[in-house]
Amino acid sequence: MPAPGETVDPFRVHALDPDQLAAAVAAARESIRAAADLDALAAARTAHVQGAAAPLVLARRELGALPREERADAGRRHNAARAEAQAAYDTRLAELTAERDARVLVEERVDVTLPAARRRRGARHPLSSLSDRLVDVFVAMGYEVAEGPEVEHDWFNFEALNMAPDHPARSEHDTLYVEPTDSGRVLRTHTSPVQIRALLDRPLPVYVVCPGRTYRNDTIDATHSPVFGQLEGLAVDEGITMADLRGTLEVFAQELFGSGLSTRLRPSFFPFTEPSAELDVQCFACRGEAPRQPCRVCSDEGWIEIGGCGMVDPNVLRATGVDPARYSGFAFGMGLERAAMIRYDVREIRDFVDGDVRFGLPFGIEV
Amino acid sequence: MLIVMSWLREYAEGLPPTRAVADALIRAGFEVEGLRGVGGDVSGVVVGEIVDFELVETKKKAVRWCQVRVAGGEDPSASGVRGVICGAHNFAVGDRVPVALPGAVLPGGFAITARKTYGHVSDGMICSARELGLGEDHDGILVLPPSAPLGADVTKLLDLADEILDIAVTPDRGYALSVRGIAREAATAFGLPFTDPGAPPSAQTPTGDAASGRPATGEAEIGEAAGAAYPVVVEDTAGCDRYVARVVTGVDPAAVTPLGWSRRLSLSGMRPISVPVDVTNAVLIGLGQPLHAFDRAKLTGAIVVRRAAAGETLRTLDGVERTLDPEDLVIADDTGPIALAGVMGGASTEISAQTTDIVLEAAHFDPISVVRTARRHRLSSEASRRFERGVDPALAPVAAATAVALLVELAGAHPAPGATDLDHRPAVAPVLLPLREPERLAGRTYSAEVVRHRLADVGCTITATATDAASDEGVLVVTPPSWRPDLTRPADLVEEIMRLEGYDTIPVTLPLLPAGRGLTPAQRMHRAVGRALAYASLVEVLTLPFVAADAADALSLVADDKRRLAVRVANPIAEDAAYLRTTLLFGLIAAAVRNIGRGQQDLALFESGRVFREQSGAPVRVPTPPVDRRPSVEEIAALDSVLPKQARHVAALLTGCREPAGWSAPGREVDWADAVDAAQVVAEAVGITLTVTAGDTMPWHPGRCAELSVGGRLVGFAGELHPRVLGDAGLPPRTVAMELSLDVLVEAAAAAPPVVAPVISTYPPADRDVALVVATQVPVAEVTEALREGAGDLLESLTLFDVFEGAQVGAGQRSLAFGLRLRAGDRTLTAAEANAVRDTAVELAVQRTGAVLRA
Repeated sequence: MPAPGETVDPFRVHALDPDQLAAAVAAARESIRAAADLDALAAARTAHVQGAAAPLVLARRELGALPREERADAGRRHNAARAEAQAAYDTRLAELTAERDARVLVEERVDVTLPAARRRRGARHPLSSLSDRLVDVFVAMGYEVAEGPEVEHDWFNFEALNMAPDHPARSEHDTLYVEPTDSGRVLRTHTSPVQIRALLDRPLPVYVVCPGRTYRNDTIDATHSPVFGQLEGLAVDEGITMADLRGTLEVFAQELFGSGLSTRLRPSFFPFTEPSAELDVQCFACRGEAPRQPCRVCSDEGWIEIGGCGMVDPNVLRATGVDPARYSGFAFGMGLERAAMIRYDVREIRDFVDGDVRFGLPFGIEV
Repeated sequence: MLIVMSWLREYAEGLPPTRAVADALIRAGFEVEGLRGVGGDVSGVVVGEIVDFELVETKKKAVRWCQVRVAGGEDPSASGVRGVICGAHNFAVGDRVPVALPGAVLPGGFAITARKTYGHVSDGMICSARELGLGEDHDGILVLPPSAPLGADVTKLLDLADEILDIAVTPDRGYALSVRGIAREAATAFGLPFTDPGAPPSAQTPTGDAASGRPATGEAEIGEAAGAAYPVVVEDTAGCDRYVARVVTGVDPAAVTPLGWSRRLSLSGMRPISVPVDVTNAVLIGLGQPLHAFDRAKLTGAIVVRRAAAGETLRTLDGVERTLDPEDLVIADDTGPIALAGVMGGASTEISAQTTDIVLEAAHFDPISVVRTARRHRLSSEASRRFERGVDPALAPVAAATAVALLVELAGAHPAPGATDLDHRPAVAPVLLPLREPERLAGRTYSAEVVRHRLADVGCTITATATDAASDEGVLVVTPPSWRPDLTRPADLVEEIMRLEGYDTIPVTLPLLPAGRGLTPAQRMHRAVGRALAYASLVEVLTLPFVAADAADALSLVADDKRRLAVRVANPIAEDAAYLRTTLLFGLIAAAVRNIGRGQQDLALFESGRVFREQSGAPVRVPTPPVDRRPSVEEIAALDSVLPKQARHVAALLTGCREPAGWSAPGREVDWADAVDAAQVVAEAVGITLTVTAGDTMPWHPGRCAELSVGGRLVGFAGELHPRVLGDAGLPPRTVAMELSLDVLVEAAAAAPPVVAPVISTYPPADRDVALVVATQVPVAEVTEALREGAGDLLESLTLFDVFEGAQVGAGQRSLAFGLRLRAGDRTLTAAEANAVRDTAVELAVQRTGAVLRA
């Protein structure tokens, strides 16, 4: 190669000779092929394809030394040679890159079965979820949700519900009274006072459900709690019948225990309904079939008692200014704990109020 | 109510097997809580006679080696006498006793064999009442009457095989607290004729005819003779509208109640005591009429039914000396009160083992008077339970006559002539039943024949049929029977028709509802809050709302803290849980302590519920409106005014690790910010952001308490709990909590203007960082606020990315490093514009907070 300023004898330039170019390309190919990894390939590229000392790069410089008439041919030859070397490089680059990528991805493998939890789990209380779920069944039918105070006046909790102060049914209520004792304040013994408030607050017809906490003077044990949830329903309209009550309760029972179970109304007594009934649902575990008994869920009764109901007593309608000759209504109520205990096989009612996180977690959030 | 089936079958002949009877009663509204057979599995027990016995002393006890004759039967020995070891001592030679022979089976499948014991071969076993399933008596063996034939099968002799129904009677059906009442229902259920044992003799014909509607005057003829048996004065005819007295003399004190009766009574849950007591109990259970027997020899002067005078006392049969209330209805004689009417007799006139002459009382007392007296004296008895629920006022003379007849039969008594009967019963008001009413309430039709037939089953008489002028509909004039004081309105009669025809015959329909409005915004928000906290890894608990008197002290609440205005329960379940919670923290702390005690140290609990607080100045007593009309708005407001404030709160408590320790991270301990974050989670769930300022209120750490507000209204607090409170409660240091008023939050959320959608700029942002050195006591919130305001509309977001304290910034100072992201909606900001915004922001922060731009 002539040094700068050196006079070049054009006849002595051989770098652009076809055989010289072919040799350079062959050397490049060999070097590229032999490159075992990307680093070796980069070195081969510098040595043979792009580096300042690469024969093909040097040959390019010789172009100007050629007689004018030979330059075009030599130029074309050189371009072809370079393209050939470049192509060899590109091919090998793709091969080596793919090899490396494959190797790296293998190396980066992790055990995806490692526990991935970055946060704790949360949960809603099963009674909250159950209450919401049951309420939604009624809301979907067109009912609205009514609420009322938990410390309630005797007039709402008893008197307007056809339980005068000396009514024998009062003794079954084990009422918790609130001081001072002559104030008439009680911890509501049921959600039924919300019926009274709904009838006083709302224009007729009234279709409401009333979920909420209620209180009784019971010491807590496996099956009793001084505080428990109830869900109450009330429909007052023209032409409401006991048949409507049956149909409504069937929808309700199916939501609670699943479809295909019969329901049964048993005559009973509540001061605020007449006629009155207890609602039984066929036991979802044994369905009353002897071969599936003994049944722990229903004690072989075949039926599970889930609540009380009936046609709103005319005295209740009168106390809220509703004409019992024109309007009729039904009401029903059920205990949430009892329903949850049956449904989820809860052994101890205490678990609902103990607040042990292990109890609530399995129920999750949206059940 | 325990119903002995053999007794029931005597009153209602032709009943099917007991299981079917139970099912029919359930269908008719009588909840059968138990069905139990007794004695059905007993065999091989015969009547034996004690011929002789000798005492066998052992280390533990002395037993008797008895020679028992069991002639007849299959006795192998010629004499019919066998040797039996017996541990009891309550028999003498010549007594007849039940002997279980080898091969006999006693209740529970207990098989008897001959076995060697106490040095003899005991060839059988002499049985106690309990061993035969006859009752609880196991003090000694059962001694049979001398008339029991030797060798007879005891099972048959004593009618051992029986069944008992345990029936829960609802408070409206007093008549069903008797075999008579249940027998009527059972007969009706199977369409059997029913002969009412409580009907006067002249009217004892099957129901369904006019007999059950007999006029009240007809009953004066009951009893052996007209004329008073014993002088009685009823001063309070409202409290006692019927008083029948009968007298018997010559009661044999040695008379023993026959086994058949004592067995029926014990199976009915009554302890057999003596013939007179057992007879009154037999009438109580059989007919439902509470009777009282006075020892005539202990009575002084006439019987007077009156209210007690103030200061009078009475020692009742349970031995308690009671001071009477002027409202108590009493039976008195010249000596003063001798019985609490309808509740319990007095000790001074109690019959004893020596009593020969008896005055029997069969009366009807006002239910409300009995309820009040029983409640006042905390004294509930078989009698009061029945009077409270309603006793048939027509029954008294029949019941008294039945008791007299039994005393004559069982105790050799002589009936004294005459029957005192003071009858002040009001006339029974007829009920007007529109014929269409059953259909209106049931949703199915009942024919007029069915209506009439079912009303007759119940004991009603239809005295007339009318036509309602307004509706031109048929109306029945129905007179309910004397034993059904609960039947006063058409709906009551409809229930009888519906239940006797069967609730299962009612069709299944659904009402046609108008469109509902769904959940209210507040209801939706309550749900959203619960879900949001659960998704934020908190676990919901529902704790009991009862707390101790010193609960506020445990939280070190200051004297005028409103959370000290707790509501007290008058009859608390426990004295240390007599108050209602004023904060949800009580329950959460208790739940956390319980969890930690059970090994769960990492906790994030929340509760949503009401807290209760007395409103100062609330009137404590307001007149209650009547119930025969709608109360006025003022009356309702007055009732509500006495109620305590019952706000809905949400609270959370966190302790231990907030993020779990594991293979990838050491776990992050809870700190104060987690409590604030939980509060913001709640606010976010209802679409608002809480403003945080430094707060200082118990039970929070005074330096780590965030006061949370929205629009200037206090919503609650969050932060680390006070170390003293944590120490007292036994919770780990650094436990944090928050509590918010959901009511305030929901109100604020509901009042918030609708969200305006942001304009999304597509121009690139310009990011500028600034570090400000400010005095440590300057809240970050103030610096942030100044920067925001200074930066103006071009500020897209502001992030605090470093807080540094140390020598470089000087004591009492800290360096706050903020990142400002600036963006314009209509252009790319130039560097100069961005710098100018940054400088303005810093300038305002410097001016407001004394901050110095860090070099």
